[in-house]
Amino acid sequence: MSVQLLSLLIWLPIIGSLAVLAAGEQRPGVARALALLITLAALAFSIPLYTGFDGTTAAMQFVERTPWIEAFSIFYHLGVDGFSMPLIVLTNFFGVIVVIAGWASISKRVHQYMAAFLILQGLMVGVFAALDGMLFYIFFEAMLIPMFLVIGIWGGERRVYATLKFFLYTFLGSVFMLVGLIWLYLQSGSFAILDWHQFPLSLTAQIWLFLAFLTAFAVKVPMWPVHTWLPDAHVEAPTGGSVILAAIMLKIGGYGFLRFSLPITPDGSAYLDWLMIAFSLIAVVYIGFVALAQQDMKKLIAYSSIAHMGFVTLGFFVIFAIMRGAGDELAAGEIAQGAALGISGGMIQMISHGFISGALFLCVGVLYDRMHSRNIADYGGVANKMPWFAAFVVLFFMANSGLPGTSGFVGEFLVILSAFHANFWYAALAGLTLILGAAYSLYLVKRVMFGDVANNNVAALQDINAREALIMSVLAVAVLLLGIWPAPLIELMQPTVDQLLNHVVQTKVP
Amino acid sequence: MDMKTLLLLIPLLPLAGSIIAGLLRNQIGRAGAHWVTILGVAASCGLSFYVFKLIALDGMAAINTSIYTWALTDGIRFEIGFLIDSLTVVMMTVVTFVSLMVHIYTIGYMRDDPGYQRFFSYIALFTFSMLMLVMSNNFLQLFFGWEAVGLVSYLLIGFWFKKESAIFANLKAFLVNRVGDFGFLLGIAAIVASFGTLDYAETFARAPEAVGQTISIFGGAEWSLLTVICICLFIGAMGKSAQAPLHVWLPDSMEGPTPISALIHAATMVTAGIFMVARMSPLFELSEVALSFVLVIGAITALFMGLIGLVQNDIKRVVAYSTLSQLGYMTVALGASAYSAAIFHLMTHAFFKALLFLGAGSVIIAMHHRQDMREMGGLRKYMPITFITAWLGSLALMGVPLFSGFYSKDLIIEAVHLAERPGADFAYWCVLLGVVVTALYSLRLLFLTFHGKERMEESVRSHLHETPLVVTIPLILLAIPSVLIGYFTVEPMLFGGFFQDAIYVAPGNDVIGEIGHHFHGPLAMALHAVVTPVFWLVVLGSAAAVMIWFWKPQLATWFAQTLSPLQRMLDKKYWFDEVYQFLFARGSLKLGNGLWRYGDAGLIDGALVNGSAGIVGRLAVLFRHLQSGYLFHYAFAMIVGLILIIAAFVILDKGMLEGIF
Repeated sequence: MSVQLLSLLIWLPIIGSLAVLAAGEQRPGVARALALLITLAALAFSIPLYTGFDGTTAAMQFVERTPWIEAFSIFYHLGVDGFSMPLIVLTNFFGVIVVIAGWASISKRVHQYMAAFLILQGLMVGVFAALDGMLFYIFFEAMLIPMFLVIGIWGGERRVYATLKFFLYTFLGSVFMLVGLIWLYLQSGSFAILDWHQFPLSLTAQIWLFLAFLTAFAVKVPMWPVHTWLPDAHVEAPTGGSVILAAIMLKIGGYGFLRFSLPITPDGSAYLDWLMIAFSLIAVVYIGFVALAQQDMKKLIAYSSIAHMGFVTLGFFVIFAIMRGAGDELAAGEIAQGAALGISGGMIQMISHGFISGALFLCVGVLYDRMHSRNIADYGGVANKMPWFAAFVVLFFMANSGLPGTSGFVGEFLVILSAFHANFWYAALAGLTLILGAAYSLYLVKRVMFGDVANNNVAALQDINAREALIMSVLAVAVLLLGIWPAPLIELMQPTVDQLLNHVVQTKVP
Repeated sequence: MDMKTLLLLIPLLPLAGSIIAGLLRNQIGRAGAHWVTILGVAASCGLSFYVFKLIALDGMAAINTSIYTWALTDGIRFEIGFLIDSLTVVMMTVVTFVSLMVHIYTIGYMRDDPGYQRFFSYIALFTFSMLMLVMSNNFLQLFFGWEAVGLVSYLLIGFWFKKESAIFANLKAFLVNRVGDFGFLLGIAAIVASFGTLDYAETFARAPEAVGQTISIFGGAEWSLLTVICICLFIGAMGKSAQAPLHVWLPDSMEGPTPISALIHAATMVTAGIFMVARMSPLFELSEVALSFVLVIGAITALFMGLIGLVQNDIKRVVAYSTLSQLGYMTVALGASAYSAAIFHLMTHAFFKALLFLGAGSVIIAMHHRQDMREMGGLRKYMPITFITAWLGSLALMGVPLFSGFYSKDLIIEAVHLAERPGADFAYWCVLLGVVVTALYSLRLLFLTFHGKERMEESVRSHLHETPLVVTIPLILLAIPSVLIGYFTVEPMLFGGFFQDAIYVAPGNDVIGEIGHHFHGPLAMALHAVVTPVFWLVVLGSAAAVMIWFWKPQLATWFAQTLSPLQRMLDKKYWFDEVYQFLFARGSLKLGNGLWRYGDAGLIDGALVNGSAGIVGRLAVLFRHLQSGYLFHYAFAMIVGLILIIAAFVILDKGMLEGIF
């Protein structure tokens, strides 16, 4: 490949952000237009990434590799497979959405706002594309800074508390990962993630490494019990921040498990899978109940995100229980039926949750822009005044409660099918989301959208404008399309899923 | 046009109508909305009848065809496709015909409603969803249709979303259905885990191999795999078909406009559970335990829900409890392995119950949206067509010989009588007593509404008149099959091997076949009824009803006083709502609040997150001696340093940070 597409996708928004900054505070219109142009270009360059992607192989594609810090054999090494490619496209898709969503609602320091998101976008693409451990870590950490600023500058009243908590949690987690990465380098003499996949490690070493990765990724996902930063961060973040946080940043945790934990420490993962399954199921059930009790719309959606991400980790780590259950019936190296459902289901759940949670936060943003309240009790009967908006809200919350025909169903369905192969109760507990997810989603819809017009503020509401309708429609199409025909997405990640499973069942203990 | 395209058009035409009426509601206007949906559903209905003719009359073989691959992973093909056999064509014609009638009726019923276009969009969407459900050849699409009809039901119960009672009812309906769907989904997962497929035909082919296989659920206890699968699937049916104890949503669903009570909550959607179990007969036949479970649940619903109907004063709620009871009858038939009788009753019930609901709706229009029967009476003079058709529908419901309901209900009772599995005796007594109850509440409704003193306010009385033709024509068109369809179809449908390609009955369980040996035509069956207990129970119930509500209305008051504890129990519907409200609605909110306050805020944030700063601070004293020169040790130092810095910020001055931003 002569054009280095991945580098382009990483650096285009980051360098472009300089142009946006140059527009200055006095010319917000120029900043907005430039940001839109850059994100649209990034999205356009994602098309060849998708069309040029060979969905029949698990090998890394669009690979770029240049020495960077030769003393420590650190390379500028990029590439994508069936896991990272869809996530990069999703990132660039939301890049555009966020610019449009912040078009009118951000009036303070517009150029910096847009620049922060552009930098964030490039760094997130970098995280997904990095094949060098140190490069990954740098993107992973650098990404925190623009998000930190977005919440700290454009956030709500308690933004300082929220940013502190966010920073404390995520930085703490990732430093343990840094220890792990450096240790791995000292052992293997390489920072290449793909080398680490093949590097043999004792069970004890794998367990410690697994725990080091876990602290980083569990905080990002976030998994119970390290989730309490997320509701606060969401509540204080501006709409665009919430959208990126929910739609993309949480996925980096899930992606980390696929890229690091499972392939580098397969035996460690198998050893501690009970812990992961327990945390995941607690996320689904415990958090489901907590979501039900929320009075703040953004908190409710934040908790709902945690519960939905529980399906991702459940799908990824239930595979070991399935393999053990199949036990004697399997030939050596054979993959038990149901395991691939878990990995594919978890991946689909990540993509789908990106669309749905992004859409939900945008919906709250639409209301917040008009009424400056996230409090459920301040609303009631919005559907009377905003009928088109109501249609979108019902659709997205139905998708959030896993209605078949929407993307929200696909991942949960596949993961529940997979979990049943391991244990009836895993499937049953996960299946409770059918009831809990519907309960907290529709209870919110009932309180906010339905009923008679609750007060004069609601009575003064105007239905969504063309710009808002455009974003909502695009997301609605994505949610429905992925729900009605997920085959193309599942197909292109299938070789990667199979390769991961084949890799994970082989022990790495020398 | 090839067959596949034709079949595709059947669900897609109503869908197209729905999308146009929904998205272009302002452009096409009210008339545009009803025309586009009615044309879509009418075309779909016509095509359904054509397919019915091909399969049922011309003897064409069943069609099993795939439309597209939804997903392919783990060696499992998730397909979207159609299975068109005798069972499907019966459902398709019933669904599209009743739907068409309801569409036409709606023009009259919703005439003055501002949400006119939206309503047509929803009911056309419902028709699409229901068709996807019944035409499916696999569990995935079945579940899609299953949940999609639930969605439309949610939207329609809450159609008047300003009404607090309506938006309470639709949330309740959706959540109770989700409880059922939870079981249903586990059943589907069990099928995938056991048979590695979602396709009906492959599942049925592999099911016999699973006999004797077990699955451990509670500790070491082993359950028969097929029993677990069937009971899980049936829990889904209990939600959708409102079987006790998941019945609580159906009476409340009457908050929706009456046309959808007829279409969704009487004739079609609520029978999806019945259809599903009949469709799964090759599985259920392999589990005697599951069938007993089905039998007992159905019997309880049939009798005890009917009893509640006796004390309701809202005309729609009487019909709603009657629907619950009749769904119980269908379920009992399934449990007795008389699947064809269940489908037969489903069909006859769809006609006469849609008729009764639309009749009730016609009364409600005339009464200016008053629904309390205590304010009615003597309406027969003012609305003769509604009056006559309501009587015809009620006679069919009561099971009076020669009417359609007679054939279907009599067969169910006979089948239960012949069934030998555990619970059959209990079920037999329930369905027998249910006959008396049916006669009582049916006639009570007729007498209170159409006969006796005119109890309405003068302002209402002076405006009473028969409803317009768009309302009465569907009544008449539904009355015809309500009366006749049993007589003409009982023989071919039940004893002519009509369902043999779709429904499997194990050799020892064939109660309908046994009844068939004594069947000598529909007329003989009606004449023979005179010597069966069922007929005399109808007579007994009717006589009592005439006595209580027609001749001596003071008797009703006397009964209510004498039997006040019983009256109270029925008024309170056995306290199901109160218990559920306390346990589940309020209980789970309390639990959520508790977990949030004490788990998240108290334990995790309070003790761990905020407390950890202090602990790590003390550890730092130890770490100071550990300067080893290794990179990863420095990384550890970074953590400590970071925490100290943040702790310092927190302790010293939060304002400093604010200064930075």
